[in-house]
Amino acid sequence: MTAGVRAEGGSMSTLLDAQGLHKAYGPTTALAGADLRVRAGEIVSVMGPSGSGKSTLLHCAAGLTRPDAGHVGYDGQELSMLDDVRRSALRRREFGFVFQFGQLVPELTALQNVALPLRLDGVSRRTAERRATGLMDRLGLADKARSRPGELSGGQQQRVAVARALVTGPRVIFADEPTGALDSVAGEQVMEMLTTAAREAGAAVVLVTHDARVAAYADRGIVVRDGRSSERMGVR
Amino acid sequence: MTIATAFLALLEGQPQHGYDLKRAYDQHFAGDRPLHYGQVYTTLAKLLRHGLVTVDGVGGDSGPDRKRYTITDAGVTDVQRWLDEPEKPDQYLQSDLYAKVIGALLTGRSAAAVLDVQREEHLVAMRELTRRKQAGDLADRIICDHALFHLDADLRWLEHTATLLDDLAVQVRR
Ligand SMILES: Nc1ncnc2c1ncn2[C@@H]1O[C@H](COP(=O)(O)OP(=O)(O)O)[C@@H](O)[C@H]1O
Ligand SMILES: [Mg+2]
Repeated sequence: MTAGVRAEGGSMSTLLDAQGLHKAYGPTTALAGADLRVRAGEIVSVMGPSGSGKSTLLHCAAGLTRPDAGHVGYDGQELSMLDDVRRSALRRREFGFVFQFGQLVPELTALQNVALPLRLDGVSRRTAERRATGLMDRLGLADKARSRPGELSGGQQQRVAVARALVTGPRVIFADEPTGALDSVAGEQVMEMLTTAAREAGAAVVLVTHDARVAAYADRGIVVRDGRSSERMGVR
Repeated sequence: MTIATAFLALLEGQPQHGYDLKRAYDQHFAGDRPLHYGQVYTTLAKLLRHGLVTVDGVGGDSGPDRKRYTITDAGVTDVQRWLDEPEKPDQYLQSDLYAKVIGALLTGRSAAAVLDVQREEHLVAMRELTRRKQAGDLADRIICDHALFHLDADLRWLEHTATLLDDLAVQVRR
């Protein structure tokens, strides 16, 4: 049974439920009533024109940005009710992040970068690097473990970033234009790896992209336009 | 899209004589193949027979151009059904989809909604192709990629069109 089929079953419970999000930056309205619902293990694409509010929606849903109004529920708790310390602890343990580029620490090796989220969470260096090594082996990155980001291609760097997002065993991975800086072949390799690894781990993915061929790796998709999402507009 | 459907969309915009219908059809829907008068009147006769339009304002002169056609409720329902139903995502749908966008603008419906429905239809097809590609060998990948690139091109055109809808609406209503 593939995850694609599994995620289409209506019985899966909602893991992340963002509703009625509003966010303004000074005079700019970034979100004007956006919703995002993610069930355990499903891959959801978020498409929309540049400036439509996709990144802001992702940041609010992930607890990185506080919305002006609206609710974000994660696994039965309301994110806005948590203080900053508890919210960032939840983010570290439950969420993984992949951005467009520039997220790896240039001074660290690929292995150290992958191990970093575990170290930040108080795991010993030995244990963290052992787990990171195991994951990199499974993801076909074993021979890159000792390289520094500057010695890797853009696609290899993104695959290291995917490994880093997965290393804590998160239940949701937030990926904002993860292939945005890559050519089409490297982009497909990253998507292939991200979706396969997430499905194996049972992690949900929120995939922000303006590229339909990337969005096609998802189980379903929503569209954001002018700060409103189709989750609300009722498009299938 | 059939001539009959285009006529219904034009008539939902406003009641018209046969001559005006031909002119409006040629402008919005015909491309480089303008209608013959014969096609205009056989189409109108068919629409009358099916109760999708009615005739009013028959003047003293009995020439066919004196008849003014008005859409019925059943005709409006037909237009709605046409716009709600996405086109099959094949390679040459531009003309059909363009006609739908014009149809929505002519009748004061949401052209953005037409494009949203079509985008989702395309994405459903693209997800299916992506699954096949992931499960297949290199040959499957390359074959699926061909279809994926074509559907992606449709979608880009569609997103581009979505940004031009306001201008297009002004032009269509002129
Ligand atoms: N930190 C910020 N400060 C000021 N304006 C912002 C900030 N972040 C986003 N915006 C504005 O909010 C709107 C939505 O931005 P964003 O969510 O980044 O859109 P997208 O990711 O779809 O391109 C844009 O107009 C953008 O300029
Ligand atoms: Mg963005």
